[in-house]
Amino acid sequence: MAGTDPIHQFVIEDMIPIHLGGDGTAGSGLNFSFTNSSLFMVLTVAAITTFVLLASSKRSLVPSRLQLSGELLYEFVANMLRSSAGKEGMKFFPFVFSLFTFVLFANLFGLVPYFFTVTSHIIVTVALAVLVMTVVIGYGFFRHGPKFLKLFVPAGVPGYVLPIVVPIEIISFLSRPVSLSVRLFGNILAGHITLKVFAGFVVSLGALGWLGWLGAILPLIMTVAITALEFLVAAVQAYVFAVLTSMYLNDAVHPSH
Amino acid sequence: MVTQAYAQEAVTPAEEHVTVDGTTGAVDATHADPTADTHATTEAHDGGHSDVFPPFDPATFPSQLLWLAISFAALYLLMSKLALPRVGSILEERKARIDADIAAADASRQKTDAAIAAYEAALAAAKAKAQGIAAETGDAIKTELATKRKAVEADLASKVTSAEARIAATKAAAMSHVDEIAAETAQTVVTQLVGDVSADSVRAAVAKASKE
Repeated sequence: MAGTDPIHQFVIEDMIPIHLGGDGTAGSGLNFSFTNSSLFMVLTVAAITTFVLLASSKRSLVPSRLQLSGELLYEFVANMLRSSAGKEGMKFFPFVFSLFTFVLFANLFGLVPYFFTVTSHIIVTVALAVLVMTVVIGYGFFRHGPKFLKLFVPAGVPGYVLPIVVPIEIISFLSRPVSLSVRLFGNILAGHITLKVFAGFVVSLGALGWLGWLGAILPLIMTVAITALEFLVAAVQAYVFAVLTSMYLNDAVHPSH
Repeated sequence: MVTQAYAQEAVTPAEEHVTVDGTTGAVDATHADPTADTHATTEAHDGGHSDVFPPFDPATFPSQLLWLAISFAALYLLMSKLALPRVGSILEERKARIDADIAAADASRQKTDAAIAAYEAALAAAKAKAQGIAAETGDAIKTELATKRKAVEADLASKVTSAEARIAATKAAAMSHVDEIAAETAQTVVTQLVGDVSADSVRAAVAKASKE
């Protein structure tokens, strides 16, 4: 129906309707339905869990390829967090690992044709970013109390500059969840739209006979190239999300720069 | 899609009314439920499709937030309680094993070094001992030789001196006999020439001659 509509891939469709509240009329109350988005969230979690559990099932001293890839993923995230937040930050390792793998697997799932991309919806990325900032602020105050506010007062800055520096620090802190969520959402959304537009050119031109087939070669090449690029973007955005999370967690662990 | 939805919407209430009017209550209930459902969902879809860009459609937010919370919480629990400790323990076990092996190898190497050092010390001691024995033996032989040579030399020297003494004695004896011989010879010669001569006068003449 919407074969070449680049927006159709983002449509959320109810699979198991669950409606709470409201007076029964359409649009009222809250829609908690199990949707195609929910399905791919669950699939993402299932895939990550299956992968890590399978990789660690044999527990062999000399790892197989599967076990090695699981260990590499583990060590990759562990090193990333350790280099950013230090040894004390390692208590957030399960959190950062879950974030990284969730975003990575969701992005990669999205590249499979007909699969829904969970991270292409801003509410998902905003929720993840807000979760990160909640953990940062919550742990920061829990661990350091009011001293956590030193985060906004860089050490060694002369007093007369503070009225300028402190608001800048506060604004930069507040803009973190925005940039964190919009970066991931924007990259994934734009990539998928571009991919769909070029793929749509191929279909549209292919319907025009032999001349169209000839003209479809260029968008086809573009589609292949953008698909490769999107694989890169999927991995890089997951990495960026996890690295920034690690750095923000570092602020919570060591607030005085 | 949009037109389809509208069409459905337009049809379903009419159908409902028909069934409500035309059939018994039981059939009506079973029939009305699914249509009411499709009615609600199509309307929700309708809103999402027509005016709002799907990622910005607030109607989908509660569902996404709920299922994200459920799935991410499940992921976090599975990872933190089950999966990551397993991987971590594998890595730790391997690290412990490698460290133990390295330590064992290090201990073995130190043992080897000690053995080599002990061997070298023993070798050096043996060499020193051998040299000592050789030097001692050499010295003993030398002193023995020296004493023997001295004895032989002394023996030889005494023999030489005694021999010399005997020669001197013989010589002296010989020299003492020279006068007698000369006197006898002279007596014989004189006797041959002159006749008898007393031995005493001859001896005196010889002595006189030998003195001149």
